[in-house]
Amino acid sequence: MSEKKPLWQTLPIAGILLEPKSSLKYKTGDWRGPFTPKINQEKCTKCLLCWIYCPDGAIERVGDGVRINLDYCKGCGICVSECPVKAITMERL
Amino acid sequence: MAKVIGLTGDEAVAYAIKQCNVDVVAAYPITPQTVIVEAFSEYVFNGEVDTEFVCVESEHSAMSACVGASLTGARVFTATASQGLALMHEILYIASSLRCPIVMGVVNRALSAPINIHGDHSDMMGSRDCGWIQIYAENVQEAYDWTIQAFKIAEDKEVLLPVTVNLDGFILSHSIEGIKVLEDEDVASFLPPREPVYTIDPNNPITVGALALPNYYFEFKVQQDHALRNSFKAMGKVFSEYEELSGRKYDVLHTYGMEDAEIALICLGSTAGTARYVAKRLREKGVKVGVLKPWVYRPFPEKEIVEAVKEVKALAVMDRACSFGAPYAPLGSDIASILYKSGLDIPVVNYVYGLGGRDVSPLDLEAVVNEILEVAKTGEIKEHLKFLGVR
Repeated sequence: MSEKKPLWQTLPIAGILLEPKSSLKYKTGDWRGPFTPKINQEKCTKCLLCWIYCPDGAIERVGDGVRINLDYCKGCGICVSECPVKAITMERL
Repeated sequence: MAKVIGLTGDEAVAYAIKQCNVDVVAAYPITPQTVIVEAFSEYVFNGEVDTEFVCVESEHSAMSACVGASLTGARVFTATASQGLALMHEILYIASSLRCPIVMGVVNRALSAPINIHGDHSDMMGSRDCGWIQIYAENVQEAYDWTIQAFKIAEDKEVLLPVTVNLDGFILSHSIEGIKVLEDEDVASFLPPREPVYTIDPNNPITVGALALPNYYFEFKVQQDHALRNSFKAMGKVFSEYEELSGRKYDVLHTYGMEDAEIALICLGSTAGTARYVAKRLREKGVKVGVLKPWVYRPFPEKEIVEAVKEVKALAVMDRACSFGAPYAPLGSDIASILYKSGLDIPVVNYVYGLGGRDVSPLDLEAVVNEILEVAKTGEIKEHLKFLGVR
């Protein structure tokens, strides 16, 4: 059964939502195609360039290193291109 | 007794803004609008108002700053013309869809190229679908009165939409007229501080301008269209209250001689004055001419226009803008649509006139009347769309 969506009369005006950070609920990871970035932690020098360059903020810092949050990674591959030691690769899943 | 002072159209708008307790003005100068913000910046400099005056680097930035300021709950004004309005185009839609009750003075001027600084309606007509309430003033008094009323209409909780007050470049913006102004305290009581529904506030964050894809976007657009059409209700209340305060009665449509008119002219802005002058003279000779002036162009006063024209035998629709390649110019298109919708079979001739500020004289309009009388008599339209006074 399809989800019943609200009518125009009952939606909040202008799409304004009284809660902040609502974009977190929108998991854009499902936009990703067949390729997914993967970090080789042994090669990684923890330089954080991928963390800076990721346009979706999908690379998170863990301790002094990084991990990819696949809930939001759209698979653009910018991290792969920016990594100076080629520690990130696009893998077909 | 009302105070009468001599002001140009631009100065009158600035004077109205001074009285409206505006919190933020973000604007960029462009002829023939410059005097509005120039005169207003003097009020700011002299400490006559406590408005935050934001100098920006373009009209795109001006409207962007206005949207941001309006979302904080501030009362916001800006003004522009021509290329400036065109540069704002993108943000005009954001202002209306985020339901920001901004008021903007648009001093109508032709669009380039060739470059031209004079009055026509190409600028506003180019953005007519931007979701703003659009009002056209006929003279300096109206520019003043509409600016004050515009805030009250825009900020009504059932409306929450931005408003443009249009005044013809140079014809009104730079002409001095003796106008009746209200006392500051009367404007203050008519227009108490804005009470916003939502505000952006770092301490209580909300989400504004979120993504809405095919499964939601359409509903928000319908909601917006409904709000615009529904704004007539709030206007009615504002008109009565303003009449009580000023003695001047406004409406969505102004009519002259329509009780017994056989033919009528419809036009926006300052040309309506010339049209009434011509109609008056011809009526003295027994020619039954009426004049309609939609004060409010969006939402379009369909019901009122249909009611006023249903007995006439032919109509001249005057457009100070061209809609290139279209069946009619903008107002002509609207009039033809509502006649079709209401089943009225009235012959219409659409005249594009006065582009780039070319003057339209009483003689020009008298010629239009004569042509329309002929159409009324024969029921035959030789040309549906004509370019008045072009070589």
